[in-house]
Amino acid sequence: MQRISNKVFKAEKMTSKTLKRKFLTALILAVSFIGFAKEPAKEGEEGKEKFDPKEMILHHVKDAYGMHIATFNADKENELHLTIPLPVIVYTDKGLTTFSSSAFHHDYHGHEIVERNGQRFVNVHEKVYVLDPGALEVAYDEEGHPINAHRPKFDISITRNVLMMWVSISVLFLIFLTAARRYNKSDNYVPSGVASFVEPLIVFVRDEIARPMIGEHKYKRYMPYLLTIFFFIWINNIFGLIPILNGANLSGNIAFTFTLAVLTFIITTVSGNKNYWKHIFWMPGVPVPMKIFLMPIEIIGMFVKPISLMIRLFANITAGHVIILALMSLIFVFKTVAIAPVSVAFSLFITVIEVIVTAIQAYIFTILSALYFGMATEEEHH
Amino acid sequence: MDLITPEFGLVFWTLITFLVLLFILRKFAWNPILGAVSERENGIKKALASADKARQEMENLQADNQKILKEARAEREAMLKEARELKNKMIDDAKEEAKEEANKLVAQAQAAIETEKKAAIADLKAQVAALTISIAEKVLGEELSNKGKQEKLVESMLDDTSLN
Repeated sequence: MQRISNKVFKAEKMTSKTLKRKFLTALILAVSFIGFAKEPAKEGEEGKEKFDPKEMILHHVKDAYGMHIATFNADKENELHLTIPLPVIVYTDKGLTTFSSSAFHHDYHGHEIVERNGQRFVNVHEKVYVLDPGALEVAYDEEGHPINAHRPKFDISITRNVLMMWVSISVLFLIFLTAARRYNKSDNYVPSGVASFVEPLIVFVRDEIARPMIGEHKYKRYMPYLLTIFFFIWINNIFGLIPILNGANLSGNIAFTFTLAVLTFIITTVSGNKNYWKHIFWMPGVPVPMKIFLMPIEIIGMFVKPISLMIRLFANITAGHVIILALMSLIFVFKTVAIAPVSVAFSLFITVIEVIVTAIQAYIFTILSALYFGMATEEEHH
Repeated sequence: MDLITPEFGLVFWTLITFLVLLFILRKFAWNPILGAVSERENGIKKALASADKARQEMENLQADNQKILKEARAEREAMLKEARELKNKMIDDAKEEAKEEANKLVAQAQAAIETEKKAAIADLKAQVAALTISIAEKVLGEELSNKGKQEKLVESMLDDTSLN
């Protein structure tokens, strides 16, 4: 709740150019409740900016340079943002430049210009742009893309997703390194404490994912990878559901799922044996014309598999966030608290489903990776 | 479009973070935990196997005991049977012997009786002959004196004499 409302206030203040945008999902979902909800205002009241759920939702599910937690006294003189500033690290023609994200003063519309290292940086929708030499402020084309600024060569800023990723791996280290210490030879390896909690999960990954998918003889090699992606995805999915960790949508970010999918692809390709490649380039057991016909399909399939992994995780997690946010937006779209019980009830329902989805998506990603490894290492048996 | 375009920065940090996570957890968490788990599983397997083996041995032992017991019983049975047979045989033998002895004795007795009888009959014959002779002497003597008297005498004498 808090997360959403803070976000909403912020968005309310900062969106001025999007008056005519359509009410998206929120409105469609709200049609059935319109009976007791007020007619949404067509025009924003004087001096007050209009709330745009799409903008708010997109800003939530995307990455950001600072970790914004709350805004107090919104739209007033003494407005106060509670934000964890994070380092912006960019590499341009003039070398590496770093500065704190607080230099933007919570602006992401390209108004605030930060001069560092003889370059002007602006934040346009949470993307750092370098203004061309001589330009003093950002000019946009019709689609809202800056025309007199460009992205730095490399932008390796510690964004809020990176921060959350590091928080999540700290938690993983804490859990699993503590668990590993719980196994003592003197106690005949009987687990205790946190170890007795994580062991069933580890044994689950071994006995329900790795062994059946890869096979008894080869599964051991892939266990560390499978365990790591399983818990890494799961914990980040869970972090994404914690409202106060505003915007921890790491596993719903395509860059994250892309990286993991690429790793799975690399491992599959590297461990592919003769049999695997034969099945791709010269399918055994079918006539020659069919072999030729199947070859391009199999080659495409090689790449489609990791792409499907990437999109599945990204879309599932992002969709969950979007639904919850859209339901919450109803309150602000209708500008009434009468809708709040409905919003809260529905988003609670979705959140509970999301709790299950966190585990399911981690499981699916892991089991499919294991399946691909199993296909790559399968021995010929005719 | 922003939403579905991977950002280089996040890919970069994800890759580094993930690899660090993978290597540290592999060395300090997965290998020890999986090792411990499989070690324990092997231990359990071994313990179960040895328990099974012990049970098998126990069963074998019991079977052996049973067998020995059975054998001992059979042996006792055989011994008893033998003893009984021996006893019966001894009794039978003794009976046979006794019977033979008795038969022998009876035969001897019969033989003795026969002999005695023969001797008695011979003796009787002799006595009868002697008596007959004496009677004849007396009869002859009487006859010589008085005929009537002689006849009376013979009759009285014959009355007195019992043929036994």
